[in-house]
Amino acid sequence: MGQVIGIGAAPKRKEDQRFLTGRGNYVSDIKRPGMTAGVFIRSPHAHAVLRGIDKSAALAAPGVVAVLTGEDVAADGLGSLPCGWGISDAKGVPMKEPPFPMLAQGKVRFVGDMVAFVIAETLEQAKSAAELVNVNYEVLPSVVGVLDAVRPDAPQLFDDVPNNVCCDWELGDKAAVEAAFRKAAHVAKLSLVNNRLIGNPMEPRAAIAEYDPGKGHHTLWTTSQFPHVVRFLMSALVLKLPEHKVRVVAPDVGGGFGVKQFHYGEEAVVTWAAKRVLRPVKWVADRSEGYLSDRHGRDHVTEAELALDENGKFLALRVKTLANMGGYLSTFGPNIPTNLYAPLLGGVYTTPAIYCNVKVVFTNTVPVDAYRGAGRPEATFVVERIVDVAAAEMGIDRVELRRRNMIPKEAYPYQTPVLVQYDSGDPMGCLDGALVAADVKNFGVRKAESARNGKFRGLGFSTYVEACGLAPSRFAGRLGARGGLYESATVRVHPAGQVTVMIGTHNHGQGHETTFAQIVCEKLGVPFENVDIVFGDTDRVQFGMGTYGSRSLVVGGAALSKAADKVIVKGKKIAAHLLEASEQDIHFEAGKFSVAGTDRVKTIEEIAGAAYVPHNYPLEILEPGLEEQAYYDPVNFTYPGGCHIAEVEIDPETGIVTLVNYTAVDDVGTVINPMIVEGQLHGGIVQGVGQALYENAVYDESSGQLVSGSLMDYCVPRADHLPMMKVATHSTLCTHTPMGVKGCGEVGTIGSPAAVINAVVDALAHLGVTHVDMPATPNRIWRLLQNASLPVAAE
Amino acid sequence: MRAFAYHQPNEISEAVKLLTSVEDCKVLGGGMTLIPTLKQRLAAPAAVVDLAKLPALKGISDDGVTVTIGAMTPHAVVAASPIVQARIPALAHLASEIGDPAVRNRGTLGGSVANNDPAADYPAAVLGLGATIITSAREIAADRFFVGLFETALEPGEIITAIRFPVPVAAGYAKFKAPASRYALVGVFVARFADGVRVAVTGAGAGVFRVAAMEQALSQSFEPTSIASIKIDAAGLTSDIHAEADYRAHLVTVMAKRAVTAASR
Repeated sequence: MGQVIGIGAAPKRKEDQRFLTGRGNYVSDIKRPGMTAGVFIRSPHAHAVLRGIDKSAALAAPGVVAVLTGEDVAADGLGSLPCGWGISDAKGVPMKEPPFPMLAQGKVRFVGDMVAFVIAETLEQAKSAAELVNVNYEVLPSVVGVLDAVRPDAPQLFDDVPNNVCCDWELGDKAAVEAAFRKAAHVAKLSLVNNRLIGNPMEPRAAIAEYDPGKGHHTLWTTSQFPHVVRFLMSALVLKLPEHKVRVVAPDVGGGFGVKQFHYGEEAVVTWAAKRVLRPVKWVADRSEGYLSDRHGRDHVTEAELALDENGKFLALRVKTLANMGGYLSTFGPNIPTNLYAPLLGGVYTTPAIYCNVKVVFTNTVPVDAYRGAGRPEATFVVERIVDVAAAEMGIDRVELRRRNMIPKEAYPYQTPVLVQYDSGDPMGCLDGALVAADVKNFGVRKAESARNGKFRGLGFSTYVEACGLAPSRFAGRLGARGGLYESATVRVHPAGQVTVMIGTHNHGQGHETTFAQIVCEKLGVPFENVDIVFGDTDRVQFGMGTYGSRSLVVGGAALSKAADKVIVKGKKIAAHLLEASEQDIHFEAGKFSVAGTDRVKTIEEIAGAAYVPHNYPLEILEPGLEEQAYYDPVNFTYPGGCHIAEVEIDPETGIVTLVNYTAVDDVGTVINPMIVEGQLHGGIVQGVGQALYENAVYDESSGQLVSGSLMDYCVPRADHLPMMKVATHSTLCTHTPMGVKGCGEVGTIGSPAAVINAVVDALAHLGVTHVDMPATPNRIWRLLQNASLPVAAE
Repeated sequence: MRAFAYHQPNEISEAVKLLTSVEDCKVLGGGMTLIPTLKQRLAAPAAVVDLAKLPALKGISDDGVTVTIGAMTPHAVVAASPIVQARIPALAHLASEIGDPAVRNRGTLGGSVANNDPAADYPAAVLGLGATIITSAREIAADRFFVGLFETALEPGEIITAIRFPVPVAAGYAKFKAPASRYALVGVFVARFADGVRVAVTGAGAGVFRVAAMEQALSQSFEPTSIASIKIDAAGLTSDIHAEADYRAHLVTVMAKRAVTAASR
């Protein structure tokens, strides 16, 4: 019998066998009989009126099956791509929510906006035919940046959205904040830009759809983080199809980072087209197409002010942000820079009053939505940067200033002034651990050594908290969520005792097949090899909200834990019958049901056998079978956090910033698999370092073209950009999740940008540098040095 | 990628004949630029002539004064060659830093030089060492070969067969890698010969170029300090999202100093 591998163990990942041997099954691996190939024609202009589309030459081209446009979408009476969140301004006026047609109608609003879909027998025929579609554009002036978009004379994306402002949103007690600022001994101010990012999952997006006219049944295979949500949004709101006639499958998916957690127009177009042409239709994005259509992330311009008393105690924080939404509202778009941002502005501090105003703004760019961390990295960057600015201005040590304002461990649960209540945490403990792990006390020695080599060395801290495990449905509903945010799991114990779990989260790199199997092992005492995790298929899995917001373990794992508990409860009833004891006397541990105080035992395999061959079974009071289902709706978010310490060395001659040391001590609650947690932290930190030093989505201001439109120009960090990282956990247990887990998928990305930039600023502080915008590229650093007071010595 | 006719000749003469007789024909070396261009439909030639099977385009030889490298030699082979490592280590080092392992095992010397990408590494070595480009028709001095942006002195139907590099007394290459592409944001090749010094810069402008002031200064004294105050005019240099022209101009001096240091090791 195989090993039982439970919580806290670090087995190798079950799924890696198939991934590493090329046996994964990705959307683009799938071939259906009679399958056609589809190509999207995308707008080459940032902003234009569609004056007409002539598809006659394309329709006459070899192999062409159909050419579909926005007019066909309108003629079929199809709906707009929905936004899953509706936010309102301070007066309760709902956000402006212009339609987002799946193929452009009347106007295009960003480079990459979809104009037509060409279907042919082969991909090359579809591409050739696409070149023959004559789209008549009347090009309009465009606007790509938020500061420009809100100017009175800016080009207007929508006739009924004045100044391109979707919503002028706020949170917090403005009057209390103003009062606090009036009595402040010091006010620190900071203007910053949170740079636009592109997620770059390794596998580009893809979709295949097939229609079965016999059953009236649609199947969509798509690269999605949440197939059930895609099914609901697409069926009920876009294509107006009965949901029970639609199956959505998200098979193996090669990374998401948020990019694949939205309902995209491509999914709807392909599904709609497959019925029109009565052939399966396949579309696979190439990398360049991904850059122009995968939802982007971040893109804020922010003014922040922190009021402090004479001892450095934080009195109030005031933040004004312009957030770029791109050309349309994506699935979660307006939620990210508002509800997932402002409530985190308290950080790990006791700041008593906070006010945040966010103008959510349309521009002629790819729609912006969640990208790993989604709102929380932006909030953390504001808080952790302005704390450093305040420390420098007041002459207080950065760590000391943090300590003076940190929420003590004993003060949890802690109610912040911005909605959220942290259930648990120990930021001071994480800070203390990280200070030791990063060998901060010897930093001066290392800095002196760098100086001898003509280099500037800097140290940066980020003591942060985030809110994840999305989300308590009722709470989210009050904030504007239009859906629930629970999760579900079914535990099916087979007659011989093996277990299949059907769960509504989606595994696309997180190691769920391993982590969730460990939970089942721990709960039911069955061997690791006897557990399979099924996900990503609406016909196999009951329901689910999918994977994003570090929710899979926190919400999905909780549902799984609950379902396993139900199996144990039923197992006890069966055992009581078989062992002729009372149910109360049955004790379950390590896969065995026993009668307390006796040696009478039934294994879970025996109980499963009895449940499916109910010859000796209490049929009068109990149904046969051993399968249980649970839904779990969390009572609160979870609040992982920690302390990250970055150490950089800057070459003043070239401006190159080298990350030389990185230390993270994070509180992620209970750790199910420490190897997977470490991997998540590594990956998250690297993406945060990418934002801080390398990644930048750049639009040309006059033409609206995406300049950083490929991996040649958009720098995703590579192994040789990074040092070996020291990561550790210092966990307090979440008080409201069944296993005490908090989630770990995004913490790295949330904590790290501020740590890195704080280190860069520290390295340059002696030159009078007080802030560096991201990414801290060599050119940007060199420019700062050119403008700084000290001349740079030649080698 | 559109359909095209594919030819794989066994003789140079056959390749030249195809290139001069077949309409709209492209040469395929390692394909590091041509293949992505075809895939993106930015180029759609009627025919492609693959040089992979031409034995005369392979091999590395040393005649005591020069090292000659066949045009179809992949970068990884140049980087690992005992001859190149012994005679012109800076050239082996340059080849070892081109792109990534996949590029170094497919990309070729001749392909890179014929393409004359303004940010490619090899043109800096070819010009910096004053190499001779040997083609199917003639020999061309490096100083006359690189004409402009993606432009060379090659005539239609002319194929690079080999490049002959004079062995310097010392040479060094210092490259500021563009973080995303690994192309040279600025790369400087410095070569010291008995009769003088050559300095060639890639990545900074529309094509590889020499810096006379640095060559003169280094001929007087081959030390980084002798060029530390020589500034390059930013006018005419490339400005893009990775580096503005004045920053590139600054980097030319920094990389030149580092190339001299490398050459002095």
